[in-house]
Parts: sequence; structure tokens; C-alpha cells
Amino acid sequence: MSTATLAAARPGTTPIEAVAPDPAPPTHAPAAARHPDEIYAPDVVRVLREDGTLDPATDPGLSLDEVLALYRGMVRVRMLDKRLETLQRQGRIGFHIGSLGEEATILGSAAALRSSDWIFPCYREFGAALWRGMSLQRYLDNMFGNANDLAKGRQMPDHYGSRAAKFGSVSSPIGTQITQAVGFAWAAKLRKDDVVALSYFGEGATSSNEFHNGLNFAGVFKIPVVLLCRNNGWAISVPSERQTASPGFAAKGVAYGVPGVRCDGNDLFAVVKATRDAVERAARGEGATLVECMTYRLSGHSTSDDPKAYRPDAGLEPWRRKDPLARLRHHLDVRRVWSDAEQKALEAEVEAELRGVVAEAEKTPPPSLDSMFDDVFAELPWHLAEQRAELRKGPRAKAHGH
Amino acid sequence: MPQMNMVQAINDALRFEMRRDDRVIVLGEDVGKVGGVFRVTQGLFDEFGDDRVIDTPLSEGGIIGTAIGMALYGLVPVPEIQFADFIFPAYDQIVSELAKYRYRSGGEYPCKLVIRTPVGGGIRGGHYHSQSPEAQFIHVAGLKVVCPSNPADAKGLLLASIRDPDPVLFFEPKRIYRAAKGEVPEGDHVVPLSKAAIVRPGEHVTIVTYGAMLYEALDASNHAASQGIDCEVIDLRTLWPLDIDTVIASVKKTGRVVVVHEAPKSCGLGGEIVALINEKAFLHLEAPPARVTGWDTPFPYTLENEYLPLSHRILPAIVETARY
Repeated sequence: MSTATLAAARPGTTPIEAVAPDPAPPTHAPAAARHPDEIYAPDVVRVLREDGTLDPATDPGLSLDEVLALYRGMVRVRMLDKRLETLQRQGRIGFHIGSLGEEATILGSAAALRSSDWIFPCYREFGAALWRGMSLQRYLDNMFGNANDLAKGRQMPDHYGSRAAKFGSVSSPIGTQITQAVGFAWAAKLRKDDVVALSYFGEGATSSNEFHNGLNFAGVFKIPVVLLCRNNGWAISVPSERQTASPGFAAKGVAYGVPGVRCDGNDLFAVVKATRDAVERAARGEGATLVECMTYRLSGHSTSDDPKAYRPDAGLEPWRRKDPLARLRHHLDVRRVWSDAEQKALEAEVEAELRGVVAEAEKTPPPSLDSMFDDVFAELPWHLAEQRAELRKGPRAKAHGH
Repeated sequence: MPQMNMVQAINDALRFEMRRDDRVIVLGEDVGKVGGVFRVTQGLFDEFGDDRVIDTPLSEGGIIGTAIGMALYGLVPVPEIQFADFIFPAYDQIVSELAKYRYRSGGEYPCKLVIRTPVGGGIRGGHYHSQSPEAQFIHVAGLKVVCPSNPADAKGLLLASIRDPDPVLFFEPKRIYRAAKGEVPEGDHVVPLSKAAIVRPGEHVTIVTYGAMLYEALDASNHAASQGIDCEVIDLRTLWPLDIDTVIASVKKTGRVVVVHEAPKSCGLGGEIVALINEKAFLHLEAPPARVTGWDTPFPYTLENEYLPLSHRILPAIVETARY
């Protein structure tokens, strides 16, 4: 049974807001893995309560400045997502793969890393790249595939990498980054460097060879790595219950000797707590942790996807009520540290920033013709030199379209 | 200079480079205590310990995936795939990741490692211990492919491969692991990549080959000489990017060419070499370029000597090309 039908078949589900006191007992069968009530399972790390306060037993102790910075970051990411979707609909960029609903998982985990740590991303974590210091301009340059794109216009949008941000190179094949993160952290361990690597992947990737390889090597060699599963419920159109018969994804670590932890992926504080614990554990030399962030993909897989073809919009309501941004805002309101005026100012600031970077990226020319042949090898071999000369001679293609 | 076989020469190269550069590490199945199923890494575990000579779980995808991560960190991994036939679980990591890292990241993330793997038939190994998949890697932009034919080259090409900035597939022809013997320079010894060797100079027919089939081509050339045909035998050594200048200069001299490899015929490296000769030396040709290769069948067990392009099949091709 798909998540959508399951959610739709349970119209009388008690609204989460009405469930009190915390923790509420799970009100659904295990097969309802994708219902938000799953977060009330006793093993799931939660911090942010329905009333907007934090559970002192699990509170990671972020300072107010840190919380506000993360809130601002999440607002920026959500506005950026919306703008990129619009640009794609307008035909100005070719593609975008967004993070609507997953902002707490992405920003919270990135914020839990130390500056010495590295990220081996999937393709949905631009929020983490920006948090780690990749400039918004460079990100937009990648979305337009222009001459300033760090990937030199060689990859589709949302496929970039930034050494300065300690953020690896994005590729499309599923799960390949998992073993690479393990190898990277393994090298750090062999060199006795205090470095932890974090790999992002969706729950769909837990079905891949590389998930098995990565967990297995990480377990055997006690690698300082955090394997972070963004369980967002969907691998394009296939619901999470089609990826495994296991009760959740964190449980998969057991067979590899890698502890698994589940957290409420729409609770910024829970994500920080679970990830930070895993990073600290790795840094202490205790090895890898599999962290499952239980979140939900509120958008389609990408701008090329039409989710209405496989899940009714109404089924998303329980998850919209768990919107990580709204929950964090509620927390700020309860603490009386954020106002509507500040919200307005923030949105205006981000809006102005977006206008500027989009305009700049759009007017930047495409990469040079010759650049197509660079970086295949460190030096240009004879056959590529010949082919470059052939291309230079023409004829030229009509457009370098987005 | 000491006499060595291929196994000893490759071992010598690994040991030399691991002593010189502590970033070089070896990982793979059975490479540690036992020294590899062909004993190529013998003794390295005792000298360098299990932080640098690592017995891994039995997973080629895991070996190459983690080696890529190590390379991105700044180590220089030299993973071993026990037989080239077993490289395919790692094909995605090699093709989609390793080969593309430098390019796809705009140069942000060069990713360099050397994958060593025994290749080819002639050891009664059947389908899964005999194949020659080099063309499947040559076809991928971003990979260099090397295949030595003798101990001195094996050492020199492996040291060049480890020091090269690009990823290298280093195919070791297992049929001649112990059969090919020769003097190997002590200490540092580099044979540059993309430089072929003219093993036998000649005037009438050019034979282009590599790896274990070099010896079959030389044997056929000796027989051809008794019929008055003087062959020039080129050992490519680096399969890609290949030494086009040496090949074309020879073909321009002889006007006749036979390409020999164990790998299947269709879309094999021989087809590419013939196409390049047609593009660059068409008007010098006196005869159609010939290919003597493995057949387009899976590699057979009992009939392996009928599959391999051995001397008895190369000789008629030489004669036919010479007399065309």
C-alpha cells in the first residue's frame, strides 16, 4: 500500500496538534512508515515539542544565534527552491531538484558538522552546500551552466562540488557517494587526522549496492563516517515501503555492526542532536553511525516530475502540518525572539539577494568551446587535441540552450 | 641487473613506490597476508603493515568506491581486482565516478588511482578468469589503460602509472606472469606512458599488439621471416591514449598492417587502430589492414587455444597481407 493511499484511507487520524502529552503512542500499524505519527515511536530522537518548547532531555543546546542563523538559512533555502522552480517553469533553467519539506534535515545535519568535516552529497542538498560556505552566486551559476559554474557547465543543474565548502562533487548515480565517503574518512583515519565525513542519501539508495558496500566497509574498519539517510518517503514515484521490509531504515545498520538512530527529520533540533552525536562518536574513534532522518518530500522528485500521477495532494496534509519551517517558527514565537517585521525584512533581503544572483548568472556567458576538452585528463592528449581542432573548425550548433 | 618475472617486477615496483611515497596504499581481496592469489603483493603486508596493505571484504564495488574516497582525500590507492573478469561490480564506480571526477567537478576534484588487475586467457580459466575487457574502459573518457608485456616494462609502466595524474587501469597479462622473464633495472625505473616500443624492426608488414600476444606475434614473425617477410612488431604498452605516431610512422613505411589482440574482434581496440590508420595513412596502404583477435564469443574453456589469436593464426594473416 502506498503512503498516499494509506494516508488517504485514514481521514480520521488525530491531528498531531491534538496529541498530548508527549510522547504520544503510535496510532498506526508498522506498515504506515510514511505517516508522520511514526516519529512517536519510542526510539525516535525528538526535541521540538508540539507546544514549541524543547525537550531538555535531548536538547542539543544550540545558542539563540545558532537557531536564528539556521532559521534564516531554512527560509533562504525555501525561497530559493521556489524561485528555481519558477525559473524552470519559465524555461530559463533546465531543471531543479528541490528540498521542500526537508530543510530541517539538510540544514540541521550540515550545522552539526565541525569545520574540519566533509560532506559527500546526494543531489538534493544545496542547502548544506550553502550552509558550508559555497556562494549563492556559484550555485546559481551551476543552475545556469554558465562560464563561472565551478563544474564549468559540464553537469546538469544541481550537480556541483565545492572544495572550499568541503562539499563533494554531486553525481546522479544512486549511492556511489556512500562508499566514497567511507573511503575518504578511512583515509583520514589512516592519516590520523581529525576528520569525519558525512554522506547524504535518500531511502531509495538503501536498496543500492553501494549502501551495502559502504555500511559493510564502515563497520569492518570502524570508519569515522556518518551515513545520513534522508527518508523522505519517495524515490521518484516509489514509496519507501517498496524499498525495504525492514521496520525503518536505521535498523539496517544492525547487521553491519553500525548503530542506527532515527530522528524526527522535520525537527531541526532532533536532526542536530542525532547528527552531532554521530559526529562526536566518529571523532572519538568509535566508528560509523547510520542516521535516519524521518522527513517528507513535499514537492515532486524534481521539476521534471508530476507527483499527482502517483500520490493525491490531499494525502500530504498530515505532513504539511509537520512543516519543519513552520514548527521552527512556532518555537521562535514561543520564545518571543522573532517577529513578523523581522520575517518581512528577512524575506525582502533574500528576495533582493536572489534577484541579484539570478540576473548575474543569467547574463554570464556559456563556457568557452575549448573548455569542453579540458579536464578529461590532466593534460590534453593527441586524440582530444584533434577533436578540439575539428570542433573549432565548425560548423557551430545554433544555441547552447539551458 | 637482476632477472625477474612479471610477478616479481610488479612487486618490486610496488615496494619501491611504497617506500618512496607513504601515500601509496594497496587494497583488495587476499592482497595482504597471502600476498594475492598470484603472489604479486607478497611480502608487502609484512613490510608496510595492514594500514597500507589492506585485505578488504569481498566486494569489488566496495574496493573501488572506497579507493576513490581515499584518492579524494589525497592518498594514492593501488587497488587490486583479483581477476579483470570480476571488475564489473565496480564498473559504475569506475565509469560514472572515477573517470569523470576531474571533468565533472571542473577540476575541483582530480581523482587518481591505479587499478591493477590480471587479464587474458591461456591459463585454463574459462569464462571468468580469462577475459580481456580493455576496450570497455578505453571507450570511457577519462581513463588511461596500460598493458605491459615484459618484466622491465611492467615495473616501469606501473611506476609511471602511479605517478601519473590520471586514473589508470593497469592490466597484467596473467598468461606471462611467470613465463616472461628478463632483466629489470634496480631502484627507480620509469617507462613513460603513451610510448610504444618497436620490439622487432622490419620493412614489410607492421604488427600492432600488446600484452601476452606479443610473444605470439614475434613467433609468427620469425616464421614469416623464413618465407622472406620482414615484420615490424610494435608493442603498444599503453593502450590508451595510444602512441599514434609510432603506429602511423611504421604503417607509412610498410604499407601493410596486422593488429593482434585477445579481446573479441567487434568494437575491439583493433577496430579503432584500423580506423585511425585509415584516417591518417590511407594512401600509404598496400593491403587491407587485418585483425587477428579473439572471437566474438564468450571465452571458452576447453577450446581456449582455438579462441586465442596464437601464432598459427597470425602467420597466415601476415602472409596474406604481405602478398595482397
